[in-house]
Amino acid sequence: MRRASQYAALAAYIVFLAFPLVWLLSTALKTPQEMALADPTWIPREPTLANFTDAFGEQDLVGAAVRSLGVALASSVITVLISLPAAYAMARYRGLVNRIAIGWVLVSQVFPFILIIIPLFMILRDLELVNTLPGLVVVHVTFTLPFALWMLQGYVRAVPPELEEAAAVDGATRLRSIVKVVAPLLAPGVVATLLFAFISSWNEFMFALVILQNPDVMTLPLTLVRFTGPEGVARLGPLAAASLMATIPSLIFFAIIQRRLKSGLMAGAVKG
Amino acid sequence: MTATATRPARPRRPHARPKGISRRTREMWLLMLPALVPVLLFSVGPLLYGIGLAFTDARNTRNHETSFVGFENLVELLSAADFWSSFRIGMIWAVSVTVLQFVAALGLALLLNENLRFRGVARVLAVVPWAMPPVVIGLMWRLVYHPDAGILNSLLGTEINWLADFSLALPAIIVVGVWTGMPQTTVVLLAGLQGIPKELYEAGEVDGASRWRRFWNITLPQLRPVIVAITSLDFVWNINQFGLVYVLTQGGPGGQTRLPMLFAYEEAFRYRFAGYASMLGLAMAIVVLAVLGLYLWRQMRETR
Repeated sequence: MRRASQYAALAAYIVFLAFPLVWLLSTALKTPQEMALADPTWIPREPTLANFTDAFGEQDLVGAAVRSLGVALASSVITVLISLPAAYAMARYRGLVNRIAIGWVLVSQVFPFILIIIPLFMILRDLELVNTLPGLVVVHVTFTLPFALWMLQGYVRAVPPELEEAAAVDGATRLRSIVKVVAPLLAPGVVATLLFAFISSWNEFMFALVILQNPDVMTLPLTLVRFTGPEGVARLGPLAAASLMATIPSLIFFAIIQRRLKSGLMAGAVKG
Repeated sequence: MTATATRPARPRRPHARPKGISRRTREMWLLMLPALVPVLLFSVGPLLYGIGLAFTDARNTRNHETSFVGFENLVELLSAADFWSSFRIGMIWAVSVTVLQFVAALGLALLLNENLRFRGVARVLAVVPWAMPPVVIGLMWRLVYHPDAGILNSLLGTEINWLADFSLALPAIIVVGVWTGMPQTTVVLLAGLQGIPKELYEAGEVDGASRWRRFWNITLPQLRPVIVAITSLDFVWNINQFGLVYVLTQGGPGGQTRLPMLFAYEEAFRYRFAGYASMLGLAMAIVVLAVLGLYLWRQMRETR
């Protein structure tokens, strides 16, 4: 009896979590004619991939995806390049700086973005960076940095300092011991941080909305929101298809880190 | 003799501090510099600048003489009816999403912690919303709520324009908020549940405690630190929510879903009142800190 009610509850959760996803998929596979039916169907009668090819045919969407890709690549690489040395310093020379950095990560969570984005917009305008992709890259790097630092310094801490000391005893310079000994052990952590920074930038909406007001430079999230024009229903299919495709990078990322989510990362994050 | 001879012969002193900063400290700052510059320039700087702007009549346009006005923005804010309605909507949104999210996530976490079949399906599904871009979540739910092509109306046999209805728009976006934020909360609570020592339950069973009593007297108290942490974070995230609601309703209909952040965004970037919008942001930051402080303080006092 108790088992039965537990299964009923679990089924209710699965339905609640899944039905919007199923509907998105179903919409993406429908023909415009079927979309216009008075009584919508769950399973498309004539499933079609036309919406996906239509989305690829949209100049706006393809251009936006390319721009998003560029911004995400640039900001993730820059984020990791500048946070690696700092993460190394945070992990190896503990003390005041460490505490300030952690404090900043917390503060940046609590403060409403509007308080930062107004002056940031003014600064970027003075630097002629509004409506430019480099301007957005600068912002994405700045706001991914705290968490990227946090992730990386954890990975650095996992590399025992004794290894570096051993290399020093063997006559390696500090730089050499970092490049030859620490770097290879850090590789998985660097990849995880790169992916995290890439996804944050790829998904980001708020800053892009404020900084990019010219449709010619808009990133994918902005273009998707502007996509359904006055025609309404007719373009819902391609919109659903494009939305699904925009989700692929994050899904890959989550598939990779899923194991870590269940155990280490979250357990450690909560204990504090 | 020997003492005088050895005295000058100490050339290598690795941790000497001749003058000023040691080599170690210099090295550390050098390593921190590349990360420090952008954070100071584009994050700490703007934050302080923004707090300053709140006390000026700054406009978000070129060629505007900005002058210091003291607390004028605050006075204006507190006497504006549209601010209070936005504030009320923001509070209803943040509190109900946080509470519903917590209750739903706790239920799901308890189920996932049991040895049930199809647990794997639910586990994967529970993480999917987390992996989706907020904009895509918003667009997806717009498809669900769509008055003509949406599934909800056809399921319920209604003809409601959910997101444009004065009384239904807010509940409709709250459902989306719960759907979006449930995964994180579930994963965190599940991790907390798995950290509770099994011996406690065994002892409870020996003492003949009912299932309900075991939940009430073992699970909840053990989970308490995790619950406090995740509900506080959820509240802060929810009150600062912008993107999801912007995509769903843009604050409409008639401002019925205009959360404080959407209100501030409009003031700053549509009407270009930078000083006024900054004061709004500052006021919200203070409200958030006050609510959090009170909540955490009460929790701490109760556990003591």
